[in-house]
Amino acid sequence: MNHSTLKRFAIGLLAWVIAFIIFFPIFWMVLTGFKTEVDAVSDPSLIFTPTLDSYAEVQQRADYFKFAWNSVIVSFGSTILALLIAIPSAYSMAFMPTKRTKGTLLWMLSTKMLPPVGVLVPIYLLFRDTGLLDTRTGLVIVYTLMNLPIVVWMLYTFFKDLPRDILEAGRMDGASTLQEVLYLLMPLTLPGIASTGLLSVILSWNEAFWSLNLTTSQAAPLTAYIASFSSPEGLFWAKLSAASTMAIAPILVFGWLTQKQMVRGLTFGAVK
Amino acid sequence: MNKPRAAGRTVGGLRPLALQAPAVTLLFLWMIVPLAMTVWFSLQRYNLLMPTMAGFAGLENYEYLFTDPALWTSMINTLLLVGWVLVITVVGGTLLAVLFQQEFFGRGIARVLVISPFFVMPTVSALVWKNLMMHPANGIFAWIAQLFGTQPVDWFSSLPLTSIVMIVAWQWLPFALLILLTAIQSLDEDQVEAARMDGAGPIAIFFFITLPHLKRAISVVIMIEMIFLLTVFAEIFVTTSGGPGLATTNLAYLIYIRALLDFDVGMASAGGVVAIILANIVAIFLVRLVARNLED
Repeated sequence: MNHSTLKRFAIGLLAWVIAFIIFFPIFWMVLTGFKTEVDAVSDPSLIFTPTLDSYAEVQQRADYFKFAWNSVIVSFGSTILALLIAIPSAYSMAFMPTKRTKGTLLWMLSTKMLPPVGVLVPIYLLFRDTGLLDTRTGLVIVYTLMNLPIVVWMLYTFFKDLPRDILEAGRMDGASTLQEVLYLLMPLTLPGIASTGLLSVILSWNEAFWSLNLTTSQAAPLTAYIASFSSPEGLFWAKLSAASTMAIAPILVFGWLTQKQMVRGLTFGAVK
Repeated sequence: MNKPRAAGRTVGGLRPLALQAPAVTLLFLWMIVPLAMTVWFSLQRYNLLMPTMAGFAGLENYEYLFTDPALWTSMINTLLLVGWVLVITVVGGTLLAVLFQQEFFGRGIARVLVISPFFVMPTVSALVWKNLMMHPANGIFAWIAQLFGTQPVDWFSSLPLTSIVMIVAWQWLPFALLILLTAIQSLDEDQVEAARMDGAGPIAIFFFITLPHLKRAISVVIMIEMIFLLTVFAEIFVTTSGGPGLATTNLAYLIYIRALLDFDVGMASAGGVVAIILANIVAIFLVRLVARNLED
């Protein structure tokens, strides 16, 4: 008895130490955001006078909001668009499967395998010629298409879990397809749709290949804004930390909330 | 009221097509147009700085690309980066999944903390590591080195690729853990209990029960990570810019240099084709694995 309690304590201690080490860079970044620039570069210490100066300074640079707003528009815009395109598709795959359904799903998955860098040149030139370079519309298009396969897959697995009898019953009562989707399917699978949407928001928010290459200033989201801190001159650690904390906070919360369901989307249903 | 229903039934074969058409069409265009253009450009003499030189080049770009020592350096860097990150994240992820599956005080919170790095945007994690952790004078590592009275390491100049591997592994270890932790939860507890009754120790249980159970999840993790790790970009872009020299230039970064810094569209496209082929070799296996899973 005593032995097993001790063992459990040791396991817990080990797990907590590892958790703390892995989380440490994030913890340290949040802490540094509340320091002055001088404190930020002096010897590491947990004791300092916290200040909101860095936050104030980052916010005062009016452009912070521009970048944050771009991130919001681009990630939510592309997510809503992807859901609108994906829901009918996933609905038909889950409830009206044909011989082609499996092939279509796998083909969609395979489009995700195209490495972005492989098509950087044509996309860049197409965007340049159509005036989409450095526009939010351009990024919304890219992110919608980038996440569409994952969104379809995730919705498909959630829809498939729904007992078919429920939809049948609705059909018996004379519900049209649209009514069926709006009043039965959507409310019943809302948690699934929500976590699909959140995963899409997270992936778009954190995307840093297209955003760095396709935007310069007007449409640049937070990933690109943070990248501008990479220049080495001046004291900027506290400001970098404050800006970073604001940039990752909402997404971290989304991630924590949906980690369970997210595994399905990330592994295309191969791990449940 | 039943009429639209009945009508829908009769054209049942067409309805799935109509509902799927938007998604399928858009994805098809998204895939085929850039792909065709990349292949086409890779056969062209096309440099944005020398518009008069344009014309069909045949396989010239590939010839230049494959005789360019930078390609081989970047390929080796790509393989080292992918290989090391995979080893660290898969081995670490498996062990951590076993650890975090045990019951202990505050397990839920500890899990949340450990998974967090996966949700941090790449530019933030790269810059936080570069400055707050690895800075040779004021970083945490330098401070720890001083505590032990040793010389702080100048990470990005003396161990550039190792530094990138550390940052990328930090981001992807939580991904591996998240997937494997989910998979391990479906492990049959009775089986483990039976093995324990028969006198199997924890190590035997790990190798003969847990690991076989995780086999599929591990292969999924390996393949998904491979596809993403082949084209790591932002972490290099904000820390080393591929340097010093070519020490941290991977294939993705080389293509970026050729395309957007040298404006050599033809050459960059040839590199793009190489990247697509590499990714597809991995993708074939992944798609097969997922397909097997769709059967049930």
